[in-house]
Parts: sequence; structure tokens; C-alpha cells
Amino acid sequence: MSSSEFAIEVRGLRKSYGDLEAVRGLDFSVRRGEVYGLLGPNGAGKTTTVEILEGYRERTAGEVAVLGYDPQLRDRELRSRVGIVLQSSGIYRHVKVREVLEHFAGLYPDPREVDEVIELAGLRGKEQARTRTLSGGQLRRLDFALALIGDPELIFLDEPTTGFDPAARRGAWDTIRSLKALGKTVLLTTHYLDEAQVLADRVAIIKDGRILVEGAPGELGVGSGSVRYRVAWRNGSGLLNQQETDDPTTFLHELTSAALARGEKLDSLSVSRPTLEDVYLELTA
Amino acid sequence: MDAAQPSFASLTWRQYRLERRMFWRNPSAAFFNFMLPLVLLALFGAVFSGNQEDLDVIVPGIAGMSVVSTTFSALAYNVTAMRELGVLKRMRGTPIPSGAFLLGIAGHAITNTAMQMVLITVAGKLFFGVDWPSDVGEMVVFVVLGVVCFSSLGVALSHVIPNNESAPAYVNAIFLPLIIVSGVFYDAADVPSFLAGVAEALPLTHLIDGLSAAMVTGSGIGDQLSSIGVIVAWTILGVALAIRGFSWEARRS
Repeated sequence: MSSSEFAIEVRGLRKSYGDLEAVRGLDFSVRRGEVYGLLGPNGAGKTTTVEILEGYRERTAGEVAVLGYDPQLRDRELRSRVGIVLQSSGIYRHVKVREVLEHFAGLYPDPREVDEVIELAGLRGKEQARTRTLSGGQLRRLDFALALIGDPELIFLDEPTTGFDPAARRGAWDTIRSLKALGKTVLLTTHYLDEAQVLADRVAIIKDGRILVEGAPGELGVGSGSVRYRVAWRNGSGLLNQQETDDPTTFLHELTSAALARGEKLDSLSVSRPTLEDVYLELTA
Repeated sequence: MDAAQPSFASLTWRQYRLERRMFWRNPSAAFFNFMLPLVLLALFGAVFSGNQEDLDVIVPGIAGMSVVSTTFSALAYNVTAMRELGVLKRMRGTPIPSGAFLLGIAGHAITNTAMQMVLITVAGKLFFGVDWPSDVGEMVVFVVLGVVCFSSLGVALSHVIPNNESAPAYVNAIFLPLIIVSGVFYDAADVPSFLAGVAEALPLTHLIDGLSAAMVTGSGIGDQLSSIGVIVAWTILGVALAIRGFSWEARRS
């Protein structure tokens, strides 16, 4: 049992497929109880990284510790303490939801109650349904349920809400929030920046196998000069103006002084911090 | 936190039970793996009815074919389907040891083989004038040899099958010529010499020879050593290929 403050520690991680370098030296750590988001365009190396941490792939170089274990040794103890939602994975077609959950519960030393997991994953009312009759969204909820059934300390979610409608996404977000409330550590990859903004304590933006920036989603990029504040207002003739600035304090002071001097009101005046999306697009474009 | 891991045996048993349950829920799989040999036995039995020499060939022939369909064909389909569906990858992420998982699946196939052998033996006695096996021990030896051989070859074949949709084509391209050449439906000694040469190299011919000795002629296991040798040689090849090409991940990904 490692009592380290970190659930995941990655140092100098590299992975090559032949001549292709998918991951080119990643360093990051995920604290226990944290929701950590990996963001980046397709082909950035997110899934390769996650699958190395899950024990599906062997790394080319670097050091990796997951709950204190080296995942590529595929220790059974480690596998019973993590839950995995893969980007896509199937399930037996001729079983009922409750049956398959009971089956998987039996594979773990100390599983959660099946009913509790059904509730948590939002599958109430579907317990007796055959898996082949479930919709895409319901199958994804079953993926969640199967990842949670072993009562893991650490949960990997690889693009868990891709293809969800807005209501289903909110449902999945609630589930992820309840995992956090239960003290679980979550490593999340996603294409949806709002998802990372809402759920993650910290995010890293990856491109071409490297981390470009890391931090809390609300603070990312601010002060680095790469992304600017946006100030918007209506002038005296009602026209909407917008200006980006590195230094909102000075800019606002000048803007408002000038307006006061002219006796104008600046209707709809607003200052917005750069969103995660602004930072992301700036960095990955 | 310190709860013990479930034992290897209990996990194997759990996987086995799930496979059995799913098998009976999927009528088409149940039919192809289980009913088809019985239907063929009934049809050929009717065709040859009254001709004991032919019936003495067809009963062990169908028994040999059933060993192939319940292990080789079934595992080639099953492993391909689980791989392409993503079930293998999902299971790999759980704490179940690979050995327990694969043994559960193989055990399920072998149960079908055993049930099939009992049904064919009983049908042979009741309807086709073939007496109870003269040497049950010898029959068990050959069924076990056949099961191990054709299970490994079935898993090996799954590595070549690119996706679910093409699985029947691959399996039948091997299964159908195999059962015809190996003398399921006639005495392999009666065919032209070039075909007889091919048949001599195939494991099913020797499995049927062994089953025929055990079920009909009563020739002892000591006379079947060369047959055992051919089956074992194919088994070594099958196991090597099954292990070497094994992939937990779908080809499409």
C-alpha cells in the first residue's frame, strides 16, 4: 500500500510505435482525490498515455507509478483497485444488466453493492434488460457501472461522454461528481472543454505527445501572456465594441476615464477572463 | 482494503457458469455448436439405415466431427467475437487472471463436447445398431486428445479472422473440406490415394480412427499409437500458434 500523496506519478514518459513517437516525455502527477483532465486534439497521445497507466501498453521510456505500482507488470492487486472506462469496449450481448454486474462484482476482492452501483450509474429500471437491447447512452452507463463495481480508488475515464446528448452528459457529470465526493481519484480525457472546466481540479493540455500547459482550468494561461482578457462595452451610439488586453486594469481605467470625461455611460460593460476554450484554441491551433 | 482475492478455481467456475448461461440464450450458436451434428447423424442414419457397415462408420465419424464443431469452430467464433466486441480488452482490465478466464471459456466448449459424445453414443446404440463403446477409457482418451488439439487450433484460427462478419467464411472454409476429406461420412480407406494421403496428414482422420476403435472395432489403444502421434503433433502446432498470435484488442482499433 503506498501512502504517497499521489495516485499517479509520471516522469519522462515516452512511447514510440516504430518511427512514430506518440508520447515524447510527459511529466505529471495526480493527487489522491483529485479529478485530473487530459485535454488535446486527436492524435495528441492522450489515449496512449492512459492505456500505459491502465496496463494495456508498455512504455518505451520513463517512470510510471499508479497507486505505487508499475502498471505494465499487471499486478492483480493493482487491477482490483482501479476502474477503467475505455474509449470503446463491448460487453456480452446475451446477459442482463444485473447479471453482468454480479459477474464482475465476483471478480473483485471487495466489490460495491450491485444495487448501489446501479443507482450511481443511473441504470435503475434497466436491471433486467438484456445488454443487446440497451441504447448507446445506456451502454455507456453500464461501462461506468462496470468500472465502479470493484469499488476502485482510482478511475480512468477515456472520453466518457463522447456521443452523449446534453441531458445524458449532465447525468454523467453528476456521476463523476459523486465519485469525487466519495474521495475517488479520477483521470479524465475529454474533447469537451466545458466538461473539463466543470469537472476537473486540474488539467493538462497535450499536443504532439508533450504537455503544453498544466493547471486549474480557471487559471490556465492567465499571466503567461499567451491569452488575453476580453473587455466589451457599448459606446454612446449603441455600437458594441470589443478589445483584448493583457492588462485589464490599465485598459479599464483609460476606457472609463474617457467615458466619464465625455459624460457617456458604457452600457453592457464586461470583462471576461479567458476561458479554457480560449486557452486551448490558442495553444493547440 | 485487505479483502482476499477470489481463488483461481472460483473465478474459473464463475466464468464457466456465465458462458453456459449465455450459450443457451443464443439459439443460433446453440444450434450450430450442438444440434447440427445430431441432425446430420439422424439424416445419414436414415440414408444408411439397414446397412450396418455404413452405420459403423457414420457414428464415430459424426462423433469426431462433433469434437471439431464444439471446440475448433465454437472457439474460433467465440474468441473472434469477444476480441472484436471488446470483451477481451475489458476483461483484461479486471483482476481475473487470464488463465482462469480462458479456462472458463474452454471448459464451456468441452462441456458441449462431452454432452455431444453422450448423445451420439446413446443415439448410436438406440437407433443405429452400434453397441455401447467396447472401451470407454479409450474413447475418453481420444476425446480428450481431440478436444485439446482442436481447441488450440480454433483459438489459433481466430487470430487470422479479421472480423466477426467474416468468421463463418473462415471457419467453414476449413471445417467443411476437413470433415469430407477426413472420412466423417465414409470410410477414409475407400478414397483415391491422393486424397487418402491428405487425410493421413490431418488430425481428424486419426481422431475418427481412434473413436472407431473405441466405439466399434474394439481395437486396443496400443494399435493407435501413430494416430495419437499425429494428433499430438497438431496439438503442439496449435498451442504454439494460439499463444503466439493472441491479442486482447480488436483488429479494427
